[in-house]
Amino acid sequence: MIYRKERLSLRGRRAALKTIGAGVAALGFPAILRAQGADTIKLGHLTPRTGFLGQLGDYGFKAASMAVDEINAAGGLLGRKIELIAEDSVNPQVAVTKAQKLAEREHVLALIGEINSASGLAIAEQALRYKIPFFNTGCNSDALRGKNCNRYMFHVEGCNTMYTKTIGTWQKAENKIRGAKWYMLTADYAFGHDLFRVSSKFLKDNGGELINNDMVPTNTADYSAYILKIRQAKPDFVYINLAGVDQTTFLKQYKEYNLPYPLAGGVMDTIPFWAAGIDSISGHWQSLWYHMLNVPAAQEFTKRFIAKNGYPPDNQAWGDYVGVRIVAQAIADTKSTDAPKLIEYLEKGATFDILKARQGSFRAWDHQLLQEMYVVKVRDKATMKDKWDIFEIVRPVPAPNESLELIQPTKEENACVMT
Amino acid sequence: MSVIILEQVLNGLLVGSYYIVLSLGLSLIFSLGGVVNLAHGAFYALGAYFAYEVQRRLGFGAAVVLGPAGVALVGVAIERLFLRRLYREDPMLGLLFTFGLAMTAEQTLRMIWGASGLPFPIPESLRGQLLIGDFIYSYYRLTVLAVVMAAIAACWLLLTRTAFGMIVRAGTRDPEMVRAMGVSLKPALTGVFALGVGLAGLAGAMSAPLAGVQPAMGSEILTAAFVVVVIGGLGSFWGVVVAGLLVGVVRGVTVAFYPPAAEASMYILMVLVLLFRPRGLMGEKFEKFE
Repeated sequence: MIYRKERLSLRGRRAALKTIGAGVAALGFPAILRAQGADTIKLGHLTPRTGFLGQLGDYGFKAASMAVDEINAAGGLLGRKIELIAEDSVNPQVAVTKAQKLAEREHVLALIGEINSASGLAIAEQALRYKIPFFNTGCNSDALRGKNCNRYMFHVEGCNTMYTKTIGTWQKAENKIRGAKWYMLTADYAFGHDLFRVSSKFLKDNGGELINNDMVPTNTADYSAYILKIRQAKPDFVYINLAGVDQTTFLKQYKEYNLPYPLAGGVMDTIPFWAAGIDSISGHWQSLWYHMLNVPAAQEFTKRFIAKNGYPPDNQAWGDYVGVRIVAQAIADTKSTDAPKLIEYLEKGATFDILKARQGSFRAWDHQLLQEMYVVKVRDKATMKDKWDIFEIVRPVPAPNESLELIQPTKEENACVMT
Repeated sequence: MSVIILEQVLNGLLVGSYYIVLSLGLSLIFSLGGVVNLAHGAFYALGAYFAYEVQRRLGFGAAVVLGPAGVALVGVAIERLFLRRLYREDPMLGLLFTFGLAMTAEQTLRMIWGASGLPFPIPESLRGQLLIGDFIYSYYRLTVLAVVMAAIAACWLLLTRTAFGMIVRAGTRDPEMVRAMGVSLKPALTGVFALGVGLAGLAGAMSAPLAGVQPAMGSEILTAAFVVVVIGGLGSFWGVVVAGLLVGVVRGVTVAFYPPAAEASMYILMVLVLLFRPRGLMGEKFEKFE
């Protein structure tokens, strides 16, 4: 992989190389120089590498680089090497500038990455403008697949509805919804509100009762007052629409009070759970991908990632790795670097090995990757193999004999009109 | 309903005790040195990180003692090297210095320990809950309460029953006169700064098992600490104690009725207090600030 951040100086060198290459070609010694670098397939990686999502982004970047290295080691694509040009999209404003730069100056073939939904939306608009496919590997907002969908954006990451329906399907099967009283805590900003809308609807549609929802200010350090309220309300189930630090702080303090009511939540990233440590977490969660997944391809990927970085990949690493792999397969199969051809290939239901038991494919009308997710349970500390071994996989959702559409938002729930 | 409110009030007192330790140091440093310590949150975070390192090696008991002690030592160094030069200057300089210090400290924590949170579980021996009637308390929080009460008592004795305390109190009221009597305030200033940031470190060490350890933890609590000091009244020891408890209780009761306003509640309380008592609840009149 050729990774450049300081591109200006190298740009001059590349231009010079091109000129020399052209000159040499004219003299009758073609191809040799060109194959070495002037003619690479450029992919843009754009994800937050600093700020509160920086750590997740770093896993994503490492995995994307690994994918590119592997493809180049195996001979590249269409006889050319891949070059990954990585940038830090610390916030939506920066994401726009960097996306424009990658498109205009680098002429990247595709954009891969992002975690923050607001930045994802900004990048999607640029992708549409420059007609470059964008593979979203970390934004969960339903709106990106619905109201704000566009032809150039594809979603490797699952959306809020998928996360909700994954845990919900399991809860339904376990009879934890019909007639049950639920208590919810919701992060008091756009993300939490969106998740609350989806999860409370799922609860009501399936015959459960929401006895209370507390809107919690972000960065709350002390949840004891909320936990006492939950204790007085005696719910059958506690469900949290919180994320990041708020989520792990709540989990810690919920465990401190040892209430008997089972706990689950609307979203789960492995990294904050690792950071909190096994002593501070509990409950059942949904996972997009987990490194202990018993699938040969997943185990191979985990092994290679550990060999390179010294620690296992998380779900974000999975997303960026699979994102690069999907682009590569599309280019190889269509023998083309032409955006319309790639999009047509993706929309026609091409299947991909996404390191899960079942193959994945994109849904044509909203470009969401159809895939299985997993219900996981926080492990008993005594059975842990190492400090990363925090979950037991309970089951895939949908089950092997069910349609992958089961956990997807329907057209009515999240209509998308492609522009 | 009344049970729920009573429960929130009692829990609020417990939460409030944590606000007291957080704010007491800030108040002490301002009273004597006249420096508004914007790096107070940084020392709080440092306390948590020091506690994390000590706890891994020597256990939690040692962490609660050595963590804050380490922070106090860092405080001594910073006071001797930098802050000492700023007491007699424009207050703006102290403000700028501590503001810069806070930012530098946060980035330094990030460089050394990484951007993500560190695991800091509640120590094994302090897990569990105490049920009194229908009320539930976690052992850990009760331990925090005991440590806080001990810390408050120790500070009170130090300030009222020792020669050091006498100089500090006199220096707070009238530094000129203290100097005129031939007593140097320099050691007292160093001592108070060390004590103040040590208390912040103590708050950080004790909150680590509850709220986690991460680089931004300091900037998140700084405003709360200021609000408590302002409500209590500048320069008043017991003012901070009363205000801390009050903020804890008001927050708890707000959560019971209208959770979205939980964080806003302390600011509303501050506005109300300032409307009726611009000096804060127990604020005293200082000649040097008039």
